[in-house]
This record gives sequence, structure tokens and C-alpha cells, in this order.
Amino acid sequence: MATLNSIKNMYGICSHVIRQTTGLRAAKLIQQRAFRVNGALRQQPFDSSEEKPQFPGASAEFIDHLEFIQPNVISGIPVYRVMDRAGKIINPSEDPQLSKEQVLNFYQKMTLLNTMDRILYESQRQGRISFYMTNYGEEGTHIGSAAALDPRDLVFGQYREAGVLMYRGFPLDLFMAQCYANVDDLGKGRQMPVHYGSKDLNFVTISSPLATQIPQAAGAAYAAKRENTNRAVICYFGEGAASEGDAHAGFNFSATLECPLIFFCRNNGYAISTPTNEQYRGDGIGKTGSTLFCLGSRQLAFNLNNRSVCVRCEPRILCRAVAENQPFLIEAMTHRIGHHSTSDDSSAYRSVDEVNYWDKQDHPISRLRHYMTARSWWSEEDERSWRKQSRKMVMEAFEKAEKRHKPHPDLMFSDVYEEMTPNLVKQKEAMWRHVQQYKEHYPLDAYAK
Amino acid sequence: TDTSTRATMAAAARFLLRGAGLKASIANVNIGDQSLFGITLLRLSPNCSSQTKTQRRNAAHFSYHPDPVPTEYGPTTKMNLFQSVTSALDNTLASDPTAVIFGEDVAFGGVFRCTVGLRDKYGKDRVFNTPLCEQGIVGFGIGAAVAGATAIAEIQFADYIYPAFDQIVNEAAKYRYRSGNLFDCGNLTIRAPWGCVGHGSLYHSQSPEAFFAHCPGIKVVIPRGPVQCKGLLLSCIADQNPCIFFEPKILYRAAVEQVPTEAYTIPLSQAEVIQEGSDVTLVAWGTQIHVLREVANMAQEKLGVSCELIDLQTILPWDTETVCKSVAKTGRLLISHEAPITGGFAAEISSTVQEECFLNLEAPIARVCGYDTPFPHIFEPFYIPDKWKCFDAVKKLISY
Repeated sequence: MATLNSIKNMYGICSHVIRQTTGLRAAKLIQQRAFRVNGALRQQPFDSSEEKPQFPGASAEFIDHLEFIQPNVISGIPVYRVMDRAGKIINPSEDPQLSKEQVLNFYQKMTLLNTMDRILYESQRQGRISFYMTNYGEEGTHIGSAAALDPRDLVFGQYREAGVLMYRGFPLDLFMAQCYANVDDLGKGRQMPVHYGSKDLNFVTISSPLATQIPQAAGAAYAAKRENTNRAVICYFGEGAASEGDAHAGFNFSATLECPLIFFCRNNGYAISTPTNEQYRGDGIGKTGSTLFCLGSRQLAFNLNNRSVCVRCEPRILCRAVAENQPFLIEAMTHRIGHHSTSDDSSAYRSVDEVNYWDKQDHPISRLRHYMTARSWWSEEDERSWRKQSRKMVMEAFEKAEKRHKPHPDLMFSDVYEEMTPNLVKQKEAMWRHVQQYKEHYPLDAYAK
Repeated sequence: TDTSTRATMAAAARFLLRGAGLKASIANVNIGDQSLFGITLLRLSPNCSSQTKTQRRNAAHFSYHPDPVPTEYGPTTKMNLFQSVTSALDNTLASDPTAVIFGEDVAFGGVFRCTVGLRDKYGKDRVFNTPLCEQGIVGFGIGAAVAGATAIAEIQFADYIYPAFDQIVNEAAKYRYRSGNLFDCGNLTIRAPWGCVGHGSLYHSQSPEAFFAHCPGIKVVIPRGPVQCKGLLLSCIADQNPCIFFEPKILYRAAVEQVPTEAYTIPLSQAEVIQEGSDVTLVAWGTQIHVLREVANMAQEKLGVSCELIDLQTILPWDTETVCKSVAKTGRLLISHEAPITGGFAAEISSTVQEECFLNLEAPIARVCGYDTPFPHIFEPFYIPDKWKCFDAVKKLISY
């Protein structure tokens, strides 16, 4: 017992030093232990008949006075960054040392996404597509995290992660086909725009209900673990979606069932009009995760506006997720520069100055451009010609998509079940009998025959 | 969901098991010497018999009649309904290495004993407890199915399936359709104990099938006894669509019959004509089949009326053809279910038959269902659509 107490005393004394080198979870444990020892020192330095709590629900010491654990929201989990706003690496030992080709590829994918966003946003304003959601300000989170993944890793997303697909090589034609819901759409024109999916690229089809993908990702990661193929699963969601019950479910299941899973929260400050102070009162989502379940020793909020950060750190976490069958949470602090969607005018609930700051002074694209320019990897001329080329590529895909027919109306009835049920066969036939009789009232010409 | 009541039910289930001295083994299931015919819950619960009359639970409102011994699927063993579930799960885990079973308290065998022995036989990575969270269980099951595993999720009571309603209706049911068949969760089966149990009150008695019947993309299946249970459950598991399989919990112990030990399937979306007749068609599913079977006998004896009894088995997509064919012959239809009448699945059957068989119908279609109230505790005998209510409806149908 004496040994035990001296160890505890040592913890108390060394806790400061240890906290410097150990992960936050461990630090928190030590903090509590140190706290207990200090309390004991004040009242009773030594007690050989000390009782240990035997409760099955937690492993902890007794304390003999009432003290609430205060959440520290003033000084929260620090935001990890590798380069500053001017694209300068802050700590050389954290420099990911990416090759020129890699960085150019990241930059081009981010800007291509940006160009596509601008054109599709405008096309919605002109009524050419019914709906759109841009990715302004969050391009870095997509490309950076996607670059850290193995292409076989299964992606579950929310809807603002088009850059992940862009990075994996999803063709512009297919982005457009989905938004236009034309015959080329892999989803057969059934879902609203930006609800992308690709079996070949292991990107699970997006659905509108928020956070439903979170426990699903846990299930998929569990299945991947049993397959034993070293595949991980990544699951993206916004900080608003993290308030859903399904987020709680997914975090908890992934921890208790030991799933190789990366939770990637895009904390962009808003859920439509709702600012984060109306979304949660803790220290962001990272802390929510740490109080709900043990994510392991490394919990960091990443400033992924600094894109290369992600590439620096995520492979490490991914490797651990796979090797240790443990979920990890990355909270990427960012800002939603665009409107929530084309059905939203964000000037109704936030200032133009705020948006301008993020757009002009702290944007993932401009930051990476500074980084490239400083290394003479990118010139004004390169920028101009790439802008022109990417715009041309997007416009070509756009015009091509617009000209295509919509899918055959029969496709309204298939895939409800794997097989076509007799009931659906009857309803399909009834629809055609009706449409043939009243064909002048239906837009048949726009659809494939 | 209410942990305390569930814990109580779980404890009761465990106590009953010990009290009855039942030992379930997966490979070879023995029931003991309980009578084959008309077994009631009361008789199976030895701890009840010592109690005074006023404290006794209500006697079962039906008598179970075993099906004829199936001969086409090889050797059979006497099983009750929970054992036939275990047998189906056992066959699945043995033949499909991706199959996993999970839910609340399934690891030790389940509060209704449906998963007894499976964890020991197949490993803790294949039969495991989840946190107590229904939306998580179904979401997790969908994800496992999307990734290619056969996922068999258990919801402890059908009454607690609603927290997962979003995952079932918005996600599971629409996965294949919305992705253009790129992704699906067809390998997901959700099992849940279902129906009244004599004393289950509001949250251990519900029959929520009609809520799901309004949802294209899922299948909803309910067996009436151990043979159907195993065959239909194996069909659900094999089916390439997400299925909800409701197990009438009052039959878990009460229904005993010879069940094939090897795997076999009974087709989904096919009703079964259990008894042929010429004057009235009776349609039900689950436990209510046994109520209507008695009603058919009573009608024959007391009124000289010949009833055709149909077990619908699959609620969605349901077998309109078998039902309509029968009504075209008999000209009269009675549908009965435990669930409340308004918005119940009988309404769907009734309006479809009315459309399809208008010229054959000789009386308005009768629906004998639960009342439009929550499922009550002490008033259960007055609430359920028992044989007397159904018998009276037959009488009125005939004399219309």
C-alpha cells in the first residue's frame, strides 16, 4: 500500500511533465488522480485501511469532498496547424514533406471543385438544376483527408464532401449527371442534386437525413474488421449533425465494438442558420467525443483550412485505427463560406464581414497557393491557365449533361426491392396506360425511350 | 425506452427458464412431456400455479395446434418457437461466415432465450451485445450489410423499434433505390418479439406491422408457429431486401411442434390456406391465426358455416392473389389483428379486396381488431379481438 501511495504521489508531482508528453485522455486521468492525492494529503496523508471503489460502471478512486468537474470551454482542445495563413510551415518537424506533384494535385482538385461549385451554383440560380450545395471554405478538409485514405477505405459522408469524390477521380460528367439527374446518373435520377455515390470509388451514396450514416459507418467498420482486409472506414458529418441521437449511437457503438473507424467532423460554425452556441455548450465536438467514449490517446482538433495538416497527421491516425481496431475522431475547424444551400440566404443570420474574413484572409485554397508560390511551384501564369482550363472542363461537362435525356420512367419502379414485386409491376403498367392516354400532359420528350 | 421494465421482463424470462428446468441445446432440443395440444402459457409457467386465483395471469386466449410434421426437409426435432428461432440462427451462422447476430442482451442467450448457446458455438465476434440504443442497432446493422455482411439485428421488443424508425424507413428501405442499386442493405434482418403476452401492457404487447406496411422497400414477416418461424426467418435472412421479422412472443414457449433440424425456407409474400372452406374467408397472421382456427371450428359446429382460414405470413409485400381468390369463392371476408383498427393492416386488405372482388362480395368486409387505445394492462381480456368477438362477426357476416 505504501508503494501504491508513493506512486500516486509521484503522479501528482510529475503530472505536469507527463501531460506534456501524453495524450489528453491520459492527461485527464492523471489530473484526476493528482487531484485525489492532493485532497488526501490535505486531510489524511496515510490510511492503511483505505477502501477501493468496487463499482462495475467505472474505474475511479473515492474522493471525500464534493467537487463538480468543470468543462473547460474557454481554453479548449488546441487547434493543430502546420502552416500559417501565409502558407509558411510553422514547425519544420511537422512538415509532411509532400512532393510537388502531390501538392499540385491537391491544389488542382480543390480549385476544380471550387470551379464546379461556382458553375453549378449559378446554374441553380438560373433554374437549370433544382438544388445545389457548395463546398466553399471546406475544400481543404475533403482533399486533405481523402489523400490520407487508402482508395479501398469506405467513405460515408453527409453531403458537403464532394472533394473526397473529386480526389478519388469521380468524373465531372458523373457529378453533372447526378445534379441534372440525366440518363448517365448512376443513381438513376432518383435523388436530389449533390447526393452522389460511387461503388467503384467506395463512396457510399449520400442521403438527406442527417447523421444516419454515423452508426452505419460503425457497422461497416465492424464488418471490415471481421473481413480482416486492413480496410478502414471514414465517416464525415457536420457539427450540427453531431447533435443527432445517431451520432451518440455511432460514437458509442464504434468504441464498445472496437471498430476501425475515423469520425471526421466538419465544424464550420453553422447548421443552416444555427450558430454553434445554440448547437452545443461543450468544447466543440472533440470534447463531446472524449466524454462519451475513449478515442485513444490522441484527440486533436485540426485546423484543416490549413490543408496540408490533414495529410501530415491523418495517415498516422488511420494506421492506428486499422491496427488497433479503435475509432478516432478528427474535428476539423473551418468556416462555411457559402450559403447552406441554394435554398438559403446566409446574410439573413450572419455578417458579410465575417464571411469576407474567411473568404479573403483564411481560405484553404489561398493558403496552399501561398505555400506553392513560396516554393516556385506555381506562378501567376500557371494560375491563369489552370483557371481557364478547369473552367473549360467544367463547362464542357455541364453542357453535355444538360443535353442528355432524363432516365426512362420505368426506373421509377425498379430497385425498390431487389426484385420487381407483382404489385409494382401492376402499378407500372397502370402508369403507362394512363400516360399513353394523357400523353400531352406529361413531359415524355425529355425522358429516355 | 424503459430499462427497468425490460430488466424486469428479462429477469422474469430467466426465472421462468430456471423454474421450468428447461435446458435448450441447439443441436437437439427437448421440450419435456408437456402436452402437445392446447398448451397455454399458464401451464408452462410453474411459478404461476402456486399463486392464488386472483393473482393469476389471464389464461391464454388461444389454443395452439401444431402443424402436421413436415416430411420434405429431413429429420425433425420437437421445438418451441424460441428454439426454432435459435435453430434458424444456428443454421445461418454455420453456413454463412459473414453472418453476425447482435442486439441488447443477445450474448447470454437473449431475454427470450432465442440466442442461447450461439455465442459459445460461433464466437463473441459473431454473437455480441450492443449498447442499449435501438437507432444504433439498426444503423449498425445497415452498415454491416452495406459492407457485405449478413446482419441479424434483434430489437428486444417490437414496442422499442420506434427509435429505429428513421433508420428503417428513411435508410434501410430506401438504400437500394436511392443509390440506383450501387449499394444496398439487403442482407439485413431485424428480429423483434411481437404481440400481446397476457400482461405486457403498453410497451410489451404492441403489434406495429402497419406502421411499416406503409414503407416501400422493406419486407415485414410474421410466423404463426415454430415450423413457419424457422422457414420464414431463413427466407428473411437469405432475402436480398431488408426484412423485419416479428416473433409472436406469446408463442415462444407455448407453440411446440416437430421442426426440421436442417435449413429450409418458406417463401415470402405467399399466404397459406390452412383450412379450406366455402362460406367465409378468415385472414389473420401470428397468434391470431390460432384464435381464428378456433372460430372456424365454432362456426362449423354452432352455425354449420364453412370457413376458409388464411395465414397471411408476409404483411409487406402481401399476397393479394391468394386472399382475393379465396374471397371470390366465399363471397365474405373477415380480417382480424391485435393491432388497433384505425390504420391497421386490415384496412389495406379490406380496400384491396373490395376493389378486386366487388362483384363477389355478399356482405361488407368485417374487421375485428384491437380498439383504438393504447394496449392496456389489466383490461387485456377485454381489449384483444378474441374468439368470441370474431365468432360474433362471422355470425353477422353470414346473416347479412
